[in-house]
Amino acid sequence: MTDTHTAPPRQRSAKSAKQPAAQAAPQSRTNALIAVVAAILVVALFLFLILQQPRETKPTSIGFSLNSFFRWLGNQNQLVQIPIVLVVFGAVVGILLLLIEYAPRPGKLYFWIRLVACFALPVLAFMLLRPYQNALLYVLGIAVVLGGAMFLLDYRSREGAGYHFQLVLFAAPAAILLLVGLVYPAIATFVQSFFDKTGKDFVGMDNYVWVFTQPEGTWSVINTLIWVLIAPAFATVIGLAYAVFIDRAAGEKFLKVLIFMPFAISFVGAGIIWKFVYDYRQGDQLGILNAIVTLFGGEPVSWLAVTPLVNSLLLMVVFIWSQTGLAMVILSAAIKAVPPEQNEAAELDGANAWQRFRNVTVPGIRSAIVVVITTVAIGALKIYDIVAVMTGGRANTSVLAFEMVNQQQRFQSYGHSAALAVVLFLFVTPLIVFNVIQIRKQREIR
Amino acid sequence: MSTGVDIIEPIADTRTARQVARDTRKHEAMARKRLTSRGATIAALIIAIFWTIPTFGLFVTSFRPGADVQSTGWWTIFTNPSFTLDNYEQALNSGGTALTLGESFLNSLAITIPVVFFALAVASLLAYAFAWIDFKGRNIAFVAVFALQIVPLQMALVPLLSLFSRGLTIGDVTIFPGFDLRDMTHSFATVWIAHTIFALPLAVFLLHNFISEIPSEVIEAARVDGAGHGQIFFRMILPLAAPALASFAVLEFIWVWNDLLVATIFAPSSSLPLTQSLNSLSGTWGNKWFLQAAGTFISIIVPLLVFFGLQRFFVRGLLAGATKG
Repeated sequence: MTDTHTAPPRQRSAKSAKQPAAQAAPQSRTNALIAVVAAILVVALFLFLILQQPRETKPTSIGFSLNSFFRWLGNQNQLVQIPIVLVVFGAVVGILLLLIEYAPRPGKLYFWIRLVACFALPVLAFMLLRPYQNALLYVLGIAVVLGGAMFLLDYRSREGAGYHFQLVLFAAPAAILLLVGLVYPAIATFVQSFFDKTGKDFVGMDNYVWVFTQPEGTWSVINTLIWVLIAPAFATVIGLAYAVFIDRAAGEKFLKVLIFMPFAISFVGAGIIWKFVYDYRQGDQLGILNAIVTLFGGEPVSWLAVTPLVNSLLLMVVFIWSQTGLAMVILSAAIKAVPPEQNEAAELDGANAWQRFRNVTVPGIRSAIVVVITTVAIGALKIYDIVAVMTGGRANTSVLAFEMVNQQQRFQSYGHSAALAVVLFLFVTPLIVFNVIQIRKQREIR
Repeated sequence: MSTGVDIIEPIADTRTARQVARDTRKHEAMARKRLTSRGATIAALIIAIFWTIPTFGLFVTSFRPGADVQSTGWWTIFTNPSFTLDNYEQALNSGGTALTLGESFLNSLAITIPVVFFALAVASLLAYAFAWIDFKGRNIAFVAVFALQIVPLQMALVPLLSLFSRGLTIGDVTIFPGFDLRDMTHSFATVWIAHTIFALPLAVFLLHNFISEIPSEVIEAARVDGAGHGQIFFRMILPLAAPALASFAVLEFIWVWNDLLVATIFAPSSSLPLTQSLNSLSGTWGNKWFLQAAGTFISIIVPLLVFFGLQRFFVRGLLAGATKG
């Protein structure tokens, strides 16, 4: 994939067409200057804003805001809300696409469209958030500076005016959401993990010490590690075995659906389904597991209370039950992609079924196996629902993701909760880094 | 016709060629037969039965009269059959004063359907920019968006929640006072936004894989005809990428419908989805398995319908991620 076929027809505007190549260097220097000046202005406005004297103020808006729209929407019937919000959202996206379409065209009209849009969009965006009165001047200032800088830089861009304008419109919705919803919260959580319960006093590493010394913390770390080792291994092995067994068998499709179906069932549903299997009571057993145990003359067992680890393993069974279908579907597709000639050649050389599987099929689907293991492992690290539904973290079954919500909601202990989240982050990191390396390799090959 | 056998002499006449082809097919058939030997079939059947029984057991339970369910195992239905739909009626109408299971079913719909569209629209815009607009740092930005999956959503929950409810105040100046939606009858705004954000990194990655594979001639032709990026995106990319969009839509639908954590944190109590109501009801129902069973099937009927109806798209969506990622 690359840069070869994406070069757009350049020089749409008359202005840039006139510019000789020799002027490119000073032009980009001026552009840098514009960017720097804009940045300095924004930072300055921001500093003034922080140094504001406190005074009584209230939110201001231009008559309507996101909040007022959501409040109005919130009073409608649930099902009525669906079409309304979709129409409004569709209209916003429509306007965005119209701007993207018309902005880069040469001509006076389009020049004005860009100019107005550059100033109006940031101002509108800020105003929809209802800034307080004392912030208004600075917020508007920042919006105008950003809009102005963007207009100038876009106007002077080498690819022609409007090129960067449309790029920003394409990327802005996702970029803003990601910055606000993932990047900022991740940093905030990281900082929070060094502060106490209330989030006011700095406590250094205390929260991490708590995670690795208190039983709730240590158990959730130990359990999470066991989950991430056992669940992907079983899901992959069973999924692979099943995919091989039913490959080209009669009724393959139906057999696949049977195993894959649990993947569509929520973990909450799966949790209840399996709690019924593990059910324990005096007298006649309702749960099939205890029914089988008593059938063979054993004593019924309260499965989810059996420590150490047995109950955690039983929770993992639910997760494996749900994820094996995913592993099976992906691996089955990969197996079908292995050239049949290889298998035949091996067979002619006298290899038996196991040897062929071991030496032909497995190497052929190596990358698919890696994908399955990492995907299921990431899922296992983040597991929350199964524990919440089946044991509520009792009897040492807690895991990181569950314990952090527990600390936050039951004990209002944000510091502990944040530290647990950061530990979880550290566990996920190697898996994603590994995936990123794989992707970069693939992109280089293409 | 390629053959798998070693050929020393070049094949002269068509009859020999046909013979060789026939042999090859025979070998292939044998190879197949041995791979799916009887032992393998039995093992597969055992796994299949083991995988189906838990769901089947609860499914049967949901139709048995309450008194029977509480005294005998579900397998006795084969010797003592009796069915009822009362469990479903009772389950749908149970719940706190604020919210019954039936109402939270509607909430789940109102949460899930818009989120699917939001995530698809926002992600496909960015995916298009990554695939077809040239800019500096494009590859790095793409990898960065994918790598954002590194942030477990658990890490983002609390700060995002406080941003929604308390807003953003810097020093003594409030730039964004937060949303004030707790007293609404049904407010899903914060859940929509949260779900959309958490879906983005994967959605952008999967859609980009597909959109960047669209032949560049198609897009060049449109440009020559004078279409800008807006028209190309709307009139060419969206229809051409429809299979990818559909498959991600199905995946996202099932994920959001089945989610418990995000909704628990962000939804006001009157707007909780089915998973959350089911989870809390399952505690109050205690050992009343007939209600738990019916409640569970009410919650999984929609994803199962989507799954069976759109299975083709569902699988394709997963594979797009798998073969590329």
